Amino acid sequence: MQTTLGTPTLSAVLFFVLIVALTLAVTWWAAKRTRSTREFYAAGRSVTAFQNGLALAGDYMSAASFLGIAGLVALQGYDGMIYATGWLVGWPALMFLIAEPLRNLGKFTFADVVAFRLRQVPVRIASAVGGVLTVLFYTIAQMVGAGNLVMLLFGIPYEWAVVSVGAVMLAYVLLGGMIATTWVQIIKAVLLLFGVSLLTLMVLARFNFDVGAVYGAVAERYGQAALEPGGLISDPVDAVSLGLALMLGLLGLPHILMRFYTVPDAQAARTSVLYATGFIGYFYLIIPLVGFAAAALVGRDVIGSIDAGGNMAAPLLAELLGGTPFLGFIAAVAFATILAVVAGLTLAGASALSHDIFLHVVRRGESTEREQVRVARIGTLVFGVLAVILGIVFQGQNVAFMVGLAFAIACSANFPALLLSIVWRRFNTPAAVWSISTGAFLSVLLIVLSPTVWVDVLGHAHALFPLRNPAIVSMTAAFLVGILVSLAIREPDAEAKFDDEKLRTYLGVGAE
Amino acid sequence: MDRFSDGARIVDSPTARLLKSPEFHHLVARRWRVSLVLTACLSLLYYGYILLIATNRALLAQRVGDVVTLGILLGVAVIFGAWLLTAIYVVWANRRYDVEARRLRQRLSE
Repeated sequence: MQTTLGTPTLSAVLFFVLIVALTLAVTWWAAKRTRSTREFYAAGRSVTAFQNGLALAGDYMSAASFLGIAGLVALQGYDGMIYATGWLVGWPALMFLIAEPLRNLGKFTFADVVAFRLRQVPVRIASAVGGVLTVLFYTIAQMVGAGNLVMLLFGIPYEWAVVSVGAVMLAYVLLGGMIATTWVQIIKAVLLLFGVSLLTLMVLARFNFDVGAVYGAVAERYGQAALEPGGLISDPVDAVSLGLALMLGLLGLPHILMRFYTVPDAQAARTSVLYATGFIGYFYLIIPLVGFAAAALVGRDVIGSIDAGGNMAAPLLAELLGGTPFLGFIAAVAFATILAVVAGLTLAGASALSHDIFLHVVRRGESTEREQVRVARIGTLVFGVLAVILGIVFQGQNVAFMVGLAFAIACSANFPALLLSIVWRRFNTPAAVWSISTGAFLSVLLIVLSPTVWVDVLGHAHALFPLRNPAIVSMTAAFLVGILVSLAIREPDAEAKFDDEKLRTYLGVGAE
Repeated sequence: MDRFSDGARIVDSPTARLLKSPEFHHLVARRWRVSLVLTACLSLLYYGYILLIATNRALLAQRVGDVVTLGILLGVAVIFGAWLLTAIYVVWANRRYDVEARRLRQRLSE
């Protein structure tokens, strides 16, 4: 199959320029509405449930899940589908355990919730470390992915790709804050859902709208084994550990949690999760079909020859079915996806630096609105530049484990403290600090010693820790430490404030 | 503004009465009961699926159509099931929880 992939075709450039122009126009519009911290961090709390549902979906449907899962399914068959289910199941859990209390208790960051009735300085520092680590590892993975993808899609050199992603994304966040970031996210989610739906429709049209025929074609070309579970999951403990990280890690991802402060109240937060779960579920239902169709129509050899990870399966299928213009569209959408996700991550990283550390630790909660907005923008610049530098530093490195690491830290450091602070009166300042530190430290240590890094990245023969994802150990340890320290030490002040917290958690009394 | 200085010495106020009322306790308890039951259903669905793949691959390789395997069907079922559980929670919260929470909030302003 002849492909124009990797050459900047007219249609690709055209769609790319259109999307960037549209998002920058939105940013210009948003910039005029971004004066206060409430607007910069939380879009003035004026986002509707439907809009937030789309924005949440936009934050979550990264290029890795769009191009990555389609590629996995194309090259490895059924096993790619297991990933797709794992990425979705965090959403209901987020709804059942965290969403509404989070909205009622917090202001701009999840640290607001953990620190609600605890001593600000130690808890803010610990939460910010957990939050920044999570966002940082996620961002490195996104940036390196961005550099490689843009290089493959448009033929631009890696460094230029990373710098251009950084520059456009910084324009969104610096000028338009959360309002611009939310709308960029919505535009991207709509484009992505539209693009993948159109691709799926073209596939179905090819097979006379018979889904079974798609699977039939795969089985005919690659054997029935492509439709059966392969070697991805064999050890039950490892499988459950990875499942825990995927499911509960979502409940500790700062850039996702931050979105709940953009809606007016807990009801809107709740409804937005239902919309988000619907969009993301739909996306993960049709993405495997795209992957299977790519295997059947494009062929594994062609997909694998362009990118060994299979990332180009969906773009190649788009070119086969819709020609160069459709490839251009899909490539531009993939680029928009990277931009939007990195923008959301940068805003979350910046808010931990400026809202949690600068305002609550350096200034002890006392600062003018003017200074806070200025510091928020400085935090954005710091985090954004750091992301670009790290993206370039890690060029050519195997960073696939960093997404797993981000989820491990999120579910081990951020989630236990968040949940315990909401549900348990006795949970106190030392318990929060120790629980977060234990979770963060163990996730990083164990993943370095695991087969994922010790063998795959560092090249040792045997791993010192057997599981590929440490969540089952590190999260359990973080919960245990949080509970034991709470039982050992009493903090009457924190216990006394729990009644106020309950009124706000369950009835929304005093929620901002 | 009614606030308490510490947990032990509760001032008799609408806030304190509400916090001690069986209705509020009941609401909080029921909220977590619903949440935990749904979380348990979700875990059963997802970890059941994962563990089935890990322990009984042959079962999932069984065909249910010409070529479509039980594994594909179950994967789709997990996605639908997850969304359905979310929808059940939203319907419950909108119909029951919000009504009761609103009623209790009104007591505070009385």
